[in-house]
Amino acid sequence: MERLILFVYQNRAFFTFLLLEFFCAWLIVENNAYQGTKFFNSSNGLVAGVNNFSQSVRDYFQLTEVNRLLAEENASLRETLEKQNRLEYPLNVKPPADSTLGKHFEFVSAKVVNNHVDLVKNFITIDKGSDSGIEPGMAVISSMGVVGKVKLVSRNYGVVTSILHIDVMVSAVLKRTEHFGTVQWDGTNPDLVEFKYIPRHVNPVIGDTVITSGYNAIFPQGIMIGVIDEVKLNDEALFYDLKVKLSQDFRKLSYVNVVKNYWQPEQDSLEQIMIKQ
Amino acid sequence: MSRVNILHIISFFLYLLYQVLILQNVVLFHTAFCFLYVGYLLVLPVETNPLTLMGIGFLMGFSVDLFYNSLGLHSLACVLIMYLRNYWLNNLTPQGGYDSNDTPSLALNGIQWFVVYATPMVLLHHGVLFFAEAGGFGMFWFTTLKILSSTLFTLLAILIAQFLFPGRRQR
Repeated sequence: MERLILFVYQNRAFFTFLLLEFFCAWLIVENNAYQGTKFFNSSNGLVAGVNNFSQSVRDYFQLTEVNRLLAEENASLRETLEKQNRLEYPLNVKPPADSTLGKHFEFVSAKVVNNHVDLVKNFITIDKGSDSGIEPGMAVISSMGVVGKVKLVSRNYGVVTSILHIDVMVSAVLKRTEHFGTVQWDGTNPDLVEFKYIPRHVNPVIGDTVITSGYNAIFPQGIMIGVIDEVKLNDEALFYDLKVKLSQDFRKLSYVNVVKNYWQPEQDSLEQIMIKQ
Repeated sequence: MSRVNILHIISFFLYLLYQVLILQNVVLFHTAFCFLYVGYLLVLPVETNPLTLMGIGFLMGFSVDLFYNSLGLHSLACVLIMYLRNYWLNNLTPQGGYDSNDTPSLALNGIQWFVVYATPMVLLHHGVLFFAEAGGFGMFWFTTLKILSSTLFTLLAILIAQFLFPGRRQR
């Protein structure tokens, strides 16, 4: 026993090394799980505070771009509103009363304080957390398209798994033909994602729009993902190899909306019953 | 606590802040990352106890991880190079050996020696980091490209930092 202790003591550097490396490996594995460690991430107050400061400096360089985007979004919203008014009022139809149907979606605007696009598993930190009613699992979109899913929240900050994360899958639809498949990133180019499981008989062309399907009850239906950029069909493949150019340039992400789906628990619990049977 | 130790602690935070505030936003061609903080770890004094080295490496890696949302990745790579560093330094002992207060820096043995010392360390750090991040060898060529370009970028940054702040000369 004494010799064993002596042996460990003489090789203490090596054993400390092993211990630390195992600890790190455990952290990596643990953090890759869907619900990672609660405290040690960028939603932690100090880390997020530093990120917030850094982002507030970068904000000045993005002001022009953000202004332009907001103006464009304003214009398109006004156009939609105008269209709806024109449709409804001449016919004297009442606008659908949301209160009777129950509220379906709620949007919370948040600012991006930290963002990566070049790692294999990219995360975005936003400046809204549980105090603003944000919960893990909610969808995050921007005015340009899909952004990701909330992974975890602290009181004032949230960490969002970006769509540029190799493990994230989003159910999507080819708008023109209404065939659905799955969008997933391949870890290389932050402009392009893969659109999988579109069968051979469909005829996708470059420029076709890809939107969310709304099947998984996280993303609202019809949120823009991007347009098809590359179409490939191998001779013996069952499905197309499609590359989709994201409509949201993730390097310029500055403001996002977090989507709260009030009907999700209902849909999920209904589907759970089906799965059990 | 001696003056040298205090200087080391201050430069720890300087390197860390520079990494997470500035270099975090600098990625060339989506492939070349700059992890300048490795330079801090490489020029810790020669005589430092391996346990202390690994402790500092772990702290530095862990702090960087918090900002990159990649818990454990940077710490893993840092602890590894900190463990191997002293063995590597022993292999590279210059003529006459090291003095007790030497730091393995550019000012000590010139650029050629420093590049020979730093390149494998940085390469190893980046290799472990990127392969662990990719979760295996699935995207082998792309990851290799990332490793090589980042190694070049980081080395260049470390060299520039060494020229700008030569550190403590022989006293």
